[in-house]
Amino acid sequence: MINQAKDINEKITWQDMTTGCEIYEPGTSRLTKTGEWRSRTPKWLPDLCKQCLLCVPYCPDASIPVEDGKRAEFDYEHCKGCGICIGACPFKAIVWEDEAQ
Amino acid sequence: MSIRERMSGNEAIATAMRQINPDVFAMFPITPSTEIPQYFAQYVADGKVDTEFVCVESEHSSLSTCLGAEAAGARAITATSSAGLSYMNEVLYVAASLRLPVVLAVACRALTGPININHDYSDSMAERDSGFIQIYGENNQEVYDNYLMAHRIAEHKDVRLPLMICEDGFITSHAIENIELEEDDKVKAFVGEYHPENYLLKKENPLAVGPYGVTSYYMEARVAQAQAMKNAKKVILEVAEDFKNTFGRSYGFFEEYRMEDAELAMVIMGSSAGTAKTCVDAMRAEGKKVGLIKVRVFRPFPGPEIAKALAGCKAVAVMDKSEGFSACGGPLFAEVSGACINLDNRPKMIDIVFGLGGRDFTVESARSVYDRLETIAQTGDVGEVYTHMGQRE
Amino acid sequence: MAYNLKEEMNKPERFHSGHRLCAGCGAGIVCRAMMRAVDEKDRAVICNATGCLEVSSFQYPYTAWEDSYIHTAFENASATAAGVEAAYNAMKRRGKIPADENVKILAIGGDGGTYDIGFQSLSGAFERGHDYTYFCYDNNAYMNTGTQRSSATPRFASATTTPFGAESVGKKQDQKDLTQIMVAHGSPYVAQTTLFGNMKDFHEKAHKAIYTEGPTFVNVLTPCPRGWGYPAEDLIAICKAAIDTCIWPVYEVVNGEYRLTYEPKKKLPVEEFMSKQARFKHCFKPGNEWTIEAAQEYVDKKWEQLLAKCK
Repeated sequence: MINQAKDINEKITWQDMTTGCEIYEPGTSRLTKTGEWRSRTPKWLPDLCKQCLLCVPYCPDASIPVEDGKRAEFDYEHCKGCGICIGACPFKAIVWEDEAQ
Repeated sequence: MSIRERMSGNEAIATAMRQINPDVFAMFPITPSTEIPQYFAQYVADGKVDTEFVCVESEHSSLSTCLGAEAAGARAITATSSAGLSYMNEVLYVAASLRLPVVLAVACRALTGPININHDYSDSMAERDSGFIQIYGENNQEVYDNYLMAHRIAEHKDVRLPLMICEDGFITSHAIENIELEEDDKVKAFVGEYHPENYLLKKENPLAVGPYGVTSYYMEARVAQAQAMKNAKKVILEVAEDFKNTFGRSYGFFEEYRMEDAELAMVIMGSSAGTAKTCVDAMRAEGKKVGLIKVRVFRPFPGPEIAKALAGCKAVAVMDKSEGFSACGGPLFAEVSGACINLDNRPKMIDIVFGLGGRDFTVESARSVYDRLETIAQTGDVGEVYTHMGQRE
Repeated sequence: MAYNLKEEMNKPERFHSGHRLCAGCGAGIVCRAMMRAVDEKDRAVICNATGCLEVSSFQYPYTAWEDSYIHTAFENASATAAGVEAAYNAMKRRGKIPADENVKILAIGGDGGTYDIGFQSLSGAFERGHDYTYFCYDNNAYMNTGTQRSSATPRFASATTTPFGAESVGKKQDQKDLTQIMVAHGSPYVAQTTLFGNMKDFHEKAHKAIYTEGPTFVNVLTPCPRGWGYPAEDLIAICKAAIDTCIWPVYEVVNGEYRLTYEPKKKLPVEEFMSKQARFKHCFKPGNEWTIEAAQEYVDKKWEQLLAKCK
């Protein structure tokens, strides 16, 4: 039996499957790079950002990392480009990349 | 020392449950299994167990509650019958595929309609493909013994499958018979504690249970589950061997009754086997080479072993106590005849559906079956393969 | 403890990226906020009904959850949670879990798994008084199967089983008021919220619910861009319109005592909510003005009833 999600893929045998398809570790979804789904990309403008963090809780994909109380660059490996963060920002510090000047 | 007692099958099962003192019992009443949780409720009230006894609002929820509890790391049990088992249907499959070794006592009863509270195997046979192990008992003693073995089989790391302990509704569940009970501490020592490797409440690592499985994984998951059911065969015999060494009573996949040189055999399950054995004895006294196989373990089905046991027979009647509505025989017949398909010299085989909704099965009924087999053996003409018995014509 | 957005955002994530919910799905926001409401020192077990969230947050071998998670079926999240709670009690009593460890039991389902098919097990678990919190992410229809109407679908919404047509103006019935039904179960804490402001309202309710002993319920209006027919980036505006029109009042009921947690300065007409979504598009066609009037009348009636309870 293979225990770790990183080693479980569509080539493993039935003998390698975890019992009952259980998973024994947290947050393995991060291995899925949902950033590939994105058709439009939000762009963060740090110069306009007041670090109010209002965008952070509204990201359905936990793709706005916060380090030491400040937001950092988007996690584009996982951001699906929904744009909710654009609506959340009171300072226009997040824009669609294709609309940015 | 065993304790000689008199009690019903339901009380015998409840007694086994008390001795095991599981972590969680989720219940919803239905005739004729209701007494099991009622006895247990009294054990809780009297402080004889410290189980979490959860009176839920349906059978779907009783088994779902067991699943949550079992996954969380607890030993969880329930009991039901008939429509209750049918209502659990979806969750039975989930239990097996999640590989959660819940033990479920079933007092087997007819399914509607018309609504009927008496015994046949309509309920348990309808769930034969759910992935549950199914072990049937002939009387209260067997049902009690089967229950003592249940958790060890279900929880074994090579198995990890849920398990049904089946008794005949009313006939076994309510009839009071003599029984040998084992002492509490010996039962506890035999059954042991439940120590799953991973569980929801484990501190060291989380556990995620019940994923969506895409086509790339579904087939592999099902093959692994099928292998677990194959593994159960070995474990059932190992546990039975230990049971024999501990308590002295011996069990296999099925009981062969006077089969050593039998030419005419009946394959039957549960309490009806006791009636049929009386007939076998009488006919043996007349010099007839008759015998009987009583199937104890229906899932996993001991196909090759049954085929071997029937290989020397000329004619076999499979006795189905449920109607499969396949228009060509009941579920036991499908299994037994299928098991014999590769025998070089197959016995002639018929299926008789009998005893539905509590319809009597008597020694005379059994004799009529053997008489029919005798004719088949003599003429080589099997006649109508799939018939019913005991109905007014 | 006062809500501090910065502190909350500094907490380790407990609902991770890489799940397969649609872009802009409100359920992802709900799950992240729900998990932030569990104190960092405590563990949780999440019991999830079948639905969008389940197929998206645990597709083998990828779980989005930091904590233990179980999905068994559609209609039984509460019964499964009841089992986890029973196991927790038994194992604690028997010393299999140390006495000082705290595990919070959460259940979550969509409106299908909560208002409808899961209602029996929900009601049963509340009557029995299990110590768990049920979160409903109410997106007003069966989204996982393609936007069929549910008992949470508002009147006049076009769903795939109540489509707009020559003889139809969408769903015929009003939304079932599940929050009130849960209050009637005698739960010590029931709340209704959605995704607005700095998420303080959600967080405080979720935290109260999780840390109130007994069965507690949080009903979260959770927009679905595909099912409701709006651009994903409009989620916050839609939620705001829902609370400002009083279509989805946000309030809590603590031991039977009602309290509004947000009252719009100016109650907006229902068009402000309805006009933003394709599912109500037909209501704005000439000749269908009455639907908006009827929707307004219903919202006004419900709002007055709620205000009376909050006094």
